[in-house]
Amino acid sequence: MTRTIKTVGVCGAGGTMGAGIALVAARAGFKAISFDMSEGALDKAAKQSVDFLDKSVARGKLNGDKRDAIVAAMSRTTSIDGLRDCDLVIEAVFEDLSIKRDLLGRLDGACAEDAIFASNTSTLSITEIASGSEHPERVVGMHFCLPAQLMKLIEMSPGILTSDETFRTAWQWTEACGQMPVKTQDKPGFILNALLVPFNNDAIRAVEAGVAAPADIDRAIKVGLGYKMGPLELLDLIGLDTQVRLCEAFYPITLDPRAATPPLLRRMVAAGLLGRKSGRGFFDYQGNAMFGA
Amino acid sequence: MTYAIEKNGESRSFPEGDAFLNGAVDRDQADVVIYSGVRFMSDLRKAVILVELGEECLGDHIGEDDPAVTNVLGFARYRNCDDLPSRLIELVRHPKTSEAAIAAAREVFAAAGLEVSLCNDQAGRIINRLVVPKYNAALRFLDEGLATQTDMDLTCKLGLGYPDGPIERVMRGGLASYYGVSKGLFDAFGTPAYAPPRRARIAFKQATTGSAPAKR
Repeated sequence: MTRTIKTVGVCGAGGTMGAGIALVAARAGFKAISFDMSEGALDKAAKQSVDFLDKSVARGKLNGDKRDAIVAAMSRTTSIDGLRDCDLVIEAVFEDLSIKRDLLGRLDGACAEDAIFASNTSTLSITEIASGSEHPERVVGMHFCLPAQLMKLIEMSPGILTSDETFRTAWQWTEACGQMPVKTQDKPGFILNALLVPFNNDAIRAVEAGVAAPADIDRAIKVGLGYKMGPLELLDLIGLDTQVRLCEAFYPITLDPRAATPPLLRRMVAAGLLGRKSGRGFFDYQGNAMFGA
Repeated sequence: MTYAIEKNGESRSFPEGDAFLNGAVDRDQADVVIYSGVRFMSDLRKAVILVELGEECLGDHIGEDDPAVTNVLGFARYRNCDDLPSRLIELVRHPKTSEAAIAAAREVFAAAGLEVSLCNDQAGRIINRLVVPKYNAALRFLDEGLATQTDMDLTCKLGLGYPDGPIERVMRGGLASYYGVSKGLFDAFGTPAYAPPRRARIAFKQATTGSAPAKR
């Protein structure tokens, strides 16, 4: 029998992704409990959420009553026991297998015996994460895109031991939230990152190989393919240090040469050129000058 | 900037009916000469000589060490195989190409509403060098059952804002034609990422033996 989901917990809700997921749940009428170890992070996330809702009201996308209802549906806790009434718990903690496995073990003890656990991992194996729980049949992959409150896509992945009921219930919940789930196998990077991370690396290698300047590469991709952003502009937005971390997560498990960290990327990160957040990456965001790699 | 077009057969960049063809003048009156399917002739009196490229490199036309090619550039208007041409011109320079010739080429194409990306003379230029490994991976994922075609395409559209997904794009451009692009790059680079995917090999085989239509 399919479990009815009424209350949703979000672990790591002090982060940008976790806060966005909590908003998605509350906006759809579910009770959303944000869990994080850091009270300060939860305070910051709560303020960002309220700011987002207020902007939505100001832009006429949300009425005041609905905004108040969403805020009222959201609560927070720094104790994992605060998640005990959750029917679904989504983890969006740091992308580290041991941390996620440990968290699932703790959730086993804190939550009801039929609660569903979902992982928002973008790179790790759902099956491996689920091995941290005594009930891997109740663990499912549920990868939101950033920012979760704006992006409709969710990559849904069953682990080897995930039950059909768990997968179906989690899938239905994403639909009830107005999201658009797609089903993927439990493989590194699922669909999105499996295609994007190597593609972005290829763009970096094209710069390194002197194929063209970054601005010419991005223009070609945007004009020729109709993409909204070029790969190098996107990398600057993501953060070049983040791309290094993605490569370091992907390459050891795929051994795909395209997923290996490009030498230029390492040099740029070492030089402090991290992209927009440092003011300079492949492009200069102060003077708009192009980085001459 | 006036231009003449010397061509033999249909240009992939400017197929019959393309407005760009209507703007051409006689060679003697032109600042720029564009060659398509015709062996180019050096002429340093012209602002720029433009040689239309297929999958080959500019060096295949002008060699590597000829000092008399300072005003010769290669170009190709990007097409997704059999799709109509995009607005992008990949403009291919040579180490000896002058800045004046590049500026003249930019001016001609910009006047026609086209956008230029300048690149060096390497296999695949910019777009095919970057997208072929990605499309090959997507086709392999489809074979491996990672997800359905619909879900893979939808993921790229919703998650990345692409106007179309990788599988639908390759299918629309024609798998048999795509085989040729992938094979050319595999021959040039020798790396597995460019190896023609199974579905493209089958489509090419069927097209060349006449046992199935070239597209889809």
